[in-house]
Amino acid sequence: MADLRKPIVEARGLTKRYPGVVALDRVDFALQPGEVHVLFGENGAGKSTLISILAGASTPTSGTIEIAGDPVTVFTVRNARRLGVSAVFQEFSLVPTQTVLENLVLGEEPATVGFLRRGEGRRRAEALFAALERDIDLDRPVSQLSRGEQQLVEIAKAMRGDLRVLILDEPTASLTDRETEILFGLIARLKARGVGVIYISHRIHEFQRIADRITVLRDGRHLGAVPAAGLSEEQLLAMMTGRVMGAIYPEIGRPSGPEVLKVEELSAAGVSGASFAIRAGEVTGFAGLVGSGKSRVWRAVMGLNRTLAGKVVLAGKDMTGARTNAVIAAGVHYLPPDRKNEGLVLTASASDNIALGMLGTDSLRRRAGAAIAGIAKTVGLERSTLRRLVSQLSGGNQQKVLFGKGFGRDYAIYVFDEPTVGVDMGTRAQLYRVIKWLAESGKAVVVISSDLQEVMSLSHRLLIFSAGRISAELEGEEINEAAALSRFFERKKAVA
Amino acid sequence: MNLETTSSARTSFRAASAAKLLLMRVGALPLFLIAALVVFTLASPQFLTAQNIVNVARQSVYLVLVSLGQMIVLLTGGFDLAVGTTIALTSVISAMIMLSAMTIVPDSVGLIIAAGCLGAMAVAVLVGLTNGTGVAVFGVSPFIMTLGVQSAGAGVALFLTGGVPVTGFPHAFGDTFGFGRIFGVPVTVAIAVVAIAVIAIFLYGTRFGRHLYAVGGNVKAAKLSGINTTATLLIAYAASALLASIDGLLLTARVESGEANLGGTIALQSIAACVIGGVSLRGGIGRVEGVVLGAFFIVLIQNGMDLMQIGSYMQMVLLGVLLIVAVIVDQVRYRLLIGAN
Repeated sequence: MADLRKPIVEARGLTKRYPGVVALDRVDFALQPGEVHVLFGENGAGKSTLISILAGASTPTSGTIEIAGDPVTVFTVRNARRLGVSAVFQEFSLVPTQTVLENLVLGEEPATVGFLRRGEGRRRAEALFAALERDIDLDRPVSQLSRGEQQLVEIAKAMRGDLRVLILDEPTASLTDRETEILFGLIARLKARGVGVIYISHRIHEFQRIADRITVLRDGRHLGAVPAAGLSEEQLLAMMTGRVMGAIYPEIGRPSGPEVLKVEELSAAGVSGASFAIRAGEVTGFAGLVGSGKSRVWRAVMGLNRTLAGKVVLAGKDMTGARTNAVIAAGVHYLPPDRKNEGLVLTASASDNIALGMLGTDSLRRRAGAAIAGIAKTVGLERSTLRRLVSQLSGGNQQKVLFGKGFGRDYAIYVFDEPTVGVDMGTRAQLYRVIKWLAESGKAVVVISSDLQEVMSLSHRLLIFSAGRISAELEGEEINEAAALSRFFERKKAVA
Repeated sequence: MNLETTSSARTSFRAASAAKLLLMRVGALPLFLIAALVVFTLASPQFLTAQNIVNVARQSVYLVLVSLGQMIVLLTGGFDLAVGTTIALTSVISAMIMLSAMTIVPDSVGLIIAAGCLGAMAVAVLVGLTNGTGVAVFGVSPFIMTLGVQSAGAGVALFLTGGVPVTGFPHAFGDTFGFGRIFGVPVTVAIAVVAIAVIAIFLYGTRFGRHLYAVGGNVKAAKLSGINTTATLLIAYAASALLASIDGLLLTARVESGEANLGGTIALQSIAACVIGGVSLRGGIGRVEGVVLGAFFIVLIQNGMDLMQIGSYMQMVLLGVLLIVAVIVDQVRYRLLIGAN
């Protein structure tokens, strides 16, 4: 391949501004041929913005990029692919209604004057899977594949054409250990061919294995690229957060409280036979892969998904299959994971959104302003933001508003589904303090999270979901990363 | 799961899943078709005769053509409510062009007809591109964009004619495209067959077809795969308008005048034909065969209701209900296809 000294990607002074936010602030980045370069940082640090610019999915506000010495002037995915840059994003770029084969050649279908050459397309798709050492039926619709299979299709798709740069955004998040090993083998082969790999992951042990260099981003800024060899986990975390990890997770005291919710053998879409109890004053964590059922079990309890079998008892009352408003009235608050689509009215002000949580209460009729101001103080929202439209707030402030909706009335149980997705570290620390305060004032708190560190650090008790079932229940000292991860892929149900 | 599941429950479960599978594969059309055939055959002895069915096939040509265009737009996840307007504009403009051409080259009938057809089709494509630009470039919802164009276009057609039919163009036009035969087959049927074949080849055999399905299935994925989604949408709306325009020419030939009120209810009917034929309103799902059958089905029902002497007002009610039922079935089907996972 080309001269090994000459970077295959060289970005200088990349800046990306969104209204009210600087997502990337004068970032320099270089990738050598045959290098695995890890991008590391918290959610919202700018990793996603950087790779979306490199992949041609968005245009930088300022700064330059050179691919193999040629300056990039047109920022489209098509142009990036033409230059040999391919990306696998977290949200899959697959068309669910089409087959695996159609997806694998999508946008680059072999054709003669527009007419498909089907045999050639099939050969190419087969070759891509052969490289991955995997065999998925090419004629199955993508919508019927598991998440792991979809991920593999996505990776296979990224490898078509003359690949020079492969961008992988948390590729192992939904892969089994075996599939992860296959992916690593593939990365090694690509490396040997001189392909540069940009790899995003939160799993430190992963890139200690495969990374050559690590670039750390924090708050949209570049904190330097360092060789991966010999870097310890502590050093990395300190670089990422700018503070010693652990400090952001508060120590939550554990007064023993009565059982407030009991779920027995609950089955619903994506959940089978889940049994657990929730106690007052306790933080109960729900962990597992995306699609493991940890979130859907709560959507069934909340009446958002249909309950197929089992029983839900709330404060001694049978609430199986109850409507959402009945469950809320019975004292359960649910914070949805998708604040833009399910949580907030984006076109209304922050204070109006908070007021939505007070509907039907006395405080809304009288002294609403004072009540809203009090809630804003609790969640750490500045008063000046209250009158602004939610759509204009940063992700962190939006999440604070969403939290605030839960304090408009008195709930016994607070269920937080992905409480800190896409928010900055300062907001996270604030929201964790709110969770601590809730638990210590005797509320039952449930934290559902794909961020294992988060859910482990906050929980007194941790339930792990795998393929729709509870695969383990860990308590107190038993909660650690190795124990939790090992149960992520288990199918059998451990008796708690 | 509960081990005490009785065998009868299991059997009914199996029957339900077989019904589900059938619905996923082919949609609800076969059921509708059988029901209609049974009801109308019982109600009227003339219904299930070769003569009548051939008649229905001939009448359904007009709906088939528009529905094919509607399908292309539906596949992208859009709508084309402006197909009726496109028909009216085509009718008026083709007639007017032919009249003016007759004053310039009175003796070349072929040239006059060609000028009328091509001019009208060019205007129709412009209408389609307007729709496409609004949807693809400015991000106007297809519903509003095509509704607006529908109103504007109808206004233009009425303004151009003052609401008076445009007559006096060469009889050869009507004789050929309205009532003519080629190798014993009505010209209208031949044109529809060619159109069906061309669209099928385009959808199933070309890159453009694949891209159309991809844009409707997941527009973000299509973009990230390097597909030019803007161009795809533009072409889709232009193709729909072009097919509606061909339809408008055939209707003009049939009624032998350029009329601004042609195509009044065809937008709704064509959407109904597509949805009944298994095209998803969410885009990305649908096949030509289904749409042709769906259009045939609607004309068949109208024919059956005519034979049963059901008045046209009541027919409108039934068509509306049928559309809504078909959409409900589509919702269920989509959930089975996509949401199951």
